[in-house]
Amino acid sequence: MESQIILLIFILVLSIFLGVELITKVPSTLHTPLMSGANAISGITLVGAILSSGSSEIMTIALGTAAVFFASINVVGGYLVTNRMLGMFKKK
Amino acid sequence: MMDISILVNLIYIAASILFIVGLKMLGSPDTARQGNFLSSSGMLIAVVITLLDQSVIDYRFIAGALLAGSVVGYFAATKVQMTSMPEMVAIFNGFGGIASLLVGSAEYVVSSLNNPALMGAIYMTVLIGGLTFTGSLVAYGKLSEVISGKPFLYKGQQFVNAILLLAILIVGINMLFIQGMISPNQTLILLITLSFLLGILFVIPIGGADMPVVIALLNSFSGLAACAAGFVITNNVLIVAGSLVGASGLILTNIMCKAMNRSLANVLFSGFGAVSDTSTGTGEEQGEVSPINAQDAYLILEAASSVLIVPGYGMAVAQAQHAVRELGELLEANGAEVKYAIHPVAGRMPGHMNVLLAEANVSYDVLVEPEDVNPIMETVDVCMVIGANDVVNPDAKENQGSPIYGMPIIEVDNSKTVFVLKRSMASGFAGIQNPLFFKSNTRMLFGDAKETVSTLVSEFKG
Repeated sequence: MESQIILLIFILVLSIFLGVELITKVPSTLHTPLMSGANAISGITLVGAILSSGSSEIMTIALGTAAVFFASINVVGGYLVTNRMLGMFKKK
Repeated sequence: MMDISILVNLIYIAASILFIVGLKMLGSPDTARQGNFLSSSGMLIAVVITLLDQSVIDYRFIAGALLAGSVVGYFAATKVQMTSMPEMVAIFNGFGGIASLLVGSAEYVVSSLNNPALMGAIYMTVLIGGLTFTGSLVAYGKLSEVISGKPFLYKGQQFVNAILLLAILIVGINMLFIQGMISPNQTLILLITLSFLLGILFVIPIGGADMPVVIALLNSFSGLAACAAGFVITNNVLIVAGSLVGASGLILTNIMCKAMNRSLANVLFSGFGAVSDTSTGTGEEQGEVSPINAQDAYLILEAASSVLIVPGYGMAVAQAQHAVRELGELLEANGAEVKYAIHPVAGRMPGHMNVLLAEANVSYDVLVEPEDVNPIMETVDVCMVIGANDVVNPDAKENQGSPIYGMPIIEVDNSKTVFVLKRSMASGFAGIQNPLFFKSNTRMLFGDAKETVSTLVSEFKG
């Protein structure tokens, strides 16, 4: 268990540094799409929600199902609206 | 035969790579759309492979919830007006937060309580998820003006906050190490309640003008909540994706704070506008404003060889972006060089003005940032300030008593002529007076921005 946690923390730290490197270079023109695109990615909690709602425990199913609902709004809505916005950015 | 869990994890690695490459491609307007597509593909494969996991035994509820959520998301995304993007992103942040809270809670009710590491992860997930949820709802309310955009400050605020934080800390200690004081279910309900309360009390004192910072921060929190949920279910893809979002939100928060020359602590805890304002408080006479009508403004614009348009939230409210683009094209056809100067905190979220102008078909290469135009401001013939106020307020440079002193601004007052399109003499979102209106090179074009710009357009055509 302990070694697993260390591994997860290792991944966490590296990902944060990677995120900082990636985002620092985004021009301010794209900040809104970046935010809504990132927002869609945070809907990854959908994966956890699916695992919970597939369980056999009634309480877990209930909570998990509600989580699937909210997370899928976040994912589907987030990606679609980002795509819609980015489609508007044109150069002459 | 290959163990399915190895396959699942390999797919999660692929999904993580797609998120990373997708975010990288979001960094340039030419590749951004593809980047978003890659990132969504990553999400799709992660979700599909998760559905194949052995621990998922009943698909009925998942299918129903997935379908319902997707329909809601689809309609929200396709119907929303570009002017309402800040509200939309705020509410989506909230949904991400509540989803993570629910995942944490779902795990809590089936897990062994004698595992401090797991309990700690659940505690963080519920806490961050809950505060993201209610904080986002309050931000949504402020942005859509369901609740007042004014900073809400009350006596004993610090004390209430301290008590709340102490209570959250005690619940945490109980959850991780004692588990004796109240039953597990009561602990969970108490924690959820406290996290909701924290989110409300955290955002409600913050004024509407500071919402870009708050949205960026809540964006970061929604990622961190997903990341914490990843620790709960020991899932790498949640940790990678969540922390990427957490990092991006923090960077945007930092950019917004820098654009206002304020620290994050100052934005969160000071209640903007509550600062004493010596310039207006003393009743100092600011002088007379010089109004101008659209016909005379047209004559000046017609003779201008360089025009800088400075849009603000007022342009969004008046839905004037299409008329503005048309005017810009006519000015260009007339031989003028037209640029749009966009302040990082113009509008209600980072990059809001850029999206509105993109929607109106303004090419993104004529959108410039303050530091690009300020050095050459003296050479600009006409600056048209459309619905912007605080981001062009010279008090930020000149008046040390002003609450916005030190904030980098677009120095339109250095140009030859400034037109300010404004509904009335009311002060901006930050609630402070703007001496720009009283400068000798400033002309006020009163009225609805869309109507004014349309009148200018018809003057050019006529």
